[in-house]
Amino acid sequence: MISYTVGRLMSLAISLLLASLAIFLLLEVLPGDPAQFMLGLNATPEAVAKLRSALGLDAPLWTRYFDWLLGLLQGDLGTSYTYKVPISGLVIDRIGVSIPLAVFALLLSMLIAFPVGIIAATRRNSPTDVGIMAATQIGVALPNFWFAMLLVLVFAIGLRWFSAGGFPGWQDPVQALRSLVLPAVALALPQASILARVMRSALLDTLGEDYVRTARAKGLSRRQTLWRHALQNALIPVLTIVGLQFSFLLAGAIIIENVFYLPGLGRLVFQGITGRDLMVVKSVVMLLVFAVVVVTFLVDIAYAMVDPRLRRVAS
Amino acid sequence: MSVSVRFRQAGSWLRSPNVAIGGAITVAFVAIALVSLVWTPYAAEAQNIPARLRPPDAVHWLGTDGLGRDILSMLMVGARTSIAVAFVAVSIAALIGVPIGLWAASRQGTLLDEVLMRANDLVFAFPALLIAILITAVFGPGAINAIIAVGIYTVPVFARLTRAGAIALWPREFILAARVSGKGAVRISLEHILPNILNTLVVQATIQFALGILAEAALAYVGLGVQPPMPSWGKMLADSQMLVSVAPHAALAPGITIFLMVLGVNLLGDGLRDALDPRTGS
Repeated sequence: MISYTVGRLMSLAISLLLASLAIFLLLEVLPGDPAQFMLGLNATPEAVAKLRSALGLDAPLWTRYFDWLLGLLQGDLGTSYTYKVPISGLVIDRIGVSIPLAVFALLLSMLIAFPVGIIAATRRNSPTDVGIMAATQIGVALPNFWFAMLLVLVFAIGLRWFSAGGFPGWQDPVQALRSLVLPAVALALPQASILARVMRSALLDTLGEDYVRTARAKGLSRRQTLWRHALQNALIPVLTIVGLQFSFLLAGAIIIENVFYLPGLGRLVFQGITGRDLMVVKSVVMLLVFAVVVVTFLVDIAYAMVDPRLRRVAS
Repeated sequence: MSVSVRFRQAGSWLRSPNVAIGGAITVAFVAIALVSLVWTPYAAEAQNIPARLRPPDAVHWLGTDGLGRDILSMLMVGARTSIAVAFVAVSIAALIGVPIGLWAASRQGTLLDEVLMRANDLVFAFPALLIAILITAVFGPGAINAIIAVGIYTVPVFARLTRAGAIALWPREFILAARVSGKGAVRISLEHILPNILNTLVVQATIQFALGILAEAALAYVGLGVQPPMPSWGKMLADSQMLVSVAPHAALAPGITIFLMVLGVNLLGDGLRDALDPRTGS
């Protein structure tokens, strides 16, 4: 297990290094000089040159890359070109919205998907199962940003239960949570549909296994067999998908945060792109990739702990 | 496989309700997109401010938007954009990803295989939509860059699937027989491996096509897709957002259209998978 973990950690480090290089080089290609952009069209060439050197933009490519990388390793995400403040500060503010939103959506997705998937699998081919499967098809096909607009139309404009957008801050936790309800529902529903389908098919697979038949033959009731044997084994593939969904939720949040005007990491990336604040884009994208890679790593490790066969395959 | 067997097989697929319904919806959208090349009720870009935000009626079947443009005409032209972007992106991704997967599988365990697969993992480390947003942000919004954006994260999907399928086939006896008869890795991959994994690849292509439609709509929604005056479904949703309380029809029509298109393609993919692989059928 230790050699497996070390091996996975090595590939995690390599992935992150390559990802940082890819992000850095991609954003180097970006047309437009950030210094020129910040100073406007009427700036003199001297002023632009002065700002370029102040921002460290005139250093060679590799120097800038390694400076950025070293900074990242020390937790220094650089300084925003437009806000003129350390990006780590901006990120900490935004994380207070993005992480609760992603967690909220993930919990909601599991709360919907697990019971629904279990009911569908245990009543295979019944009208309930057919109905659930049809509902999940609908959930998967809904564009989440459109679903978000419908939620606003019904629950914010129509019923006035929630606000249509914005975030009041965590000083008032109840209001803060309320403002995250609609975005979380919009993010969670399509994910819950996928998860329910995975839960159903994973459970159907395990319910057909010999050990489940043995458990039934031993005299356990259907319910006991389900909870003690089938469900535990079915959860392995389901949790992998939950791990993957974290990445979808982060990316989906970029759009949803824009629909609801939530001050999260997604909006920060967007503002960085439109304002040519490359430092913000680079560092926040790297942070998102870091989160995805680490979650994938943790899922892999958890998976290997539960299923020893995987360790052998990988090593 | 003889022609008559193929026809009979196609006949049995059509009896699957998923394939029939999904196929009909997909074909209908493609037909609408094609019709829009020669005819739309109104010119899709024609603004008519006095007739703005009209609800659906006999003159404008789906009403008009905030600039008085005919929503039905815009949706018809938008179908073209949506289908073209998703189709070209998935096709290019398959044309790049499948050979990579075949190549990696034929050199399984070598450095080349390792490098190709690690490169795939690298793309997977980025959330799909984040790549798309970055690409369109760097190279500018527009149809071609939307295709590249959607295509880039689809390549590793095909590469992985192809490699996994091919690796399972390489130790089989009929491949061994082909090797003994002196065929090289390229010929074996093309003549024996590819035809045997084609079914899986077609099903995956369908799923990726549906995801491509959603991604194109999302990009257009945030302003990084095709640019005005070219209509697109995602852009129509973005334009209608501010007016959603006064003119809900302008937000409903494009949303329902995207939803139906994705639903149709997904049903088709699910139905084909069940028809092609009896084990997953219910």
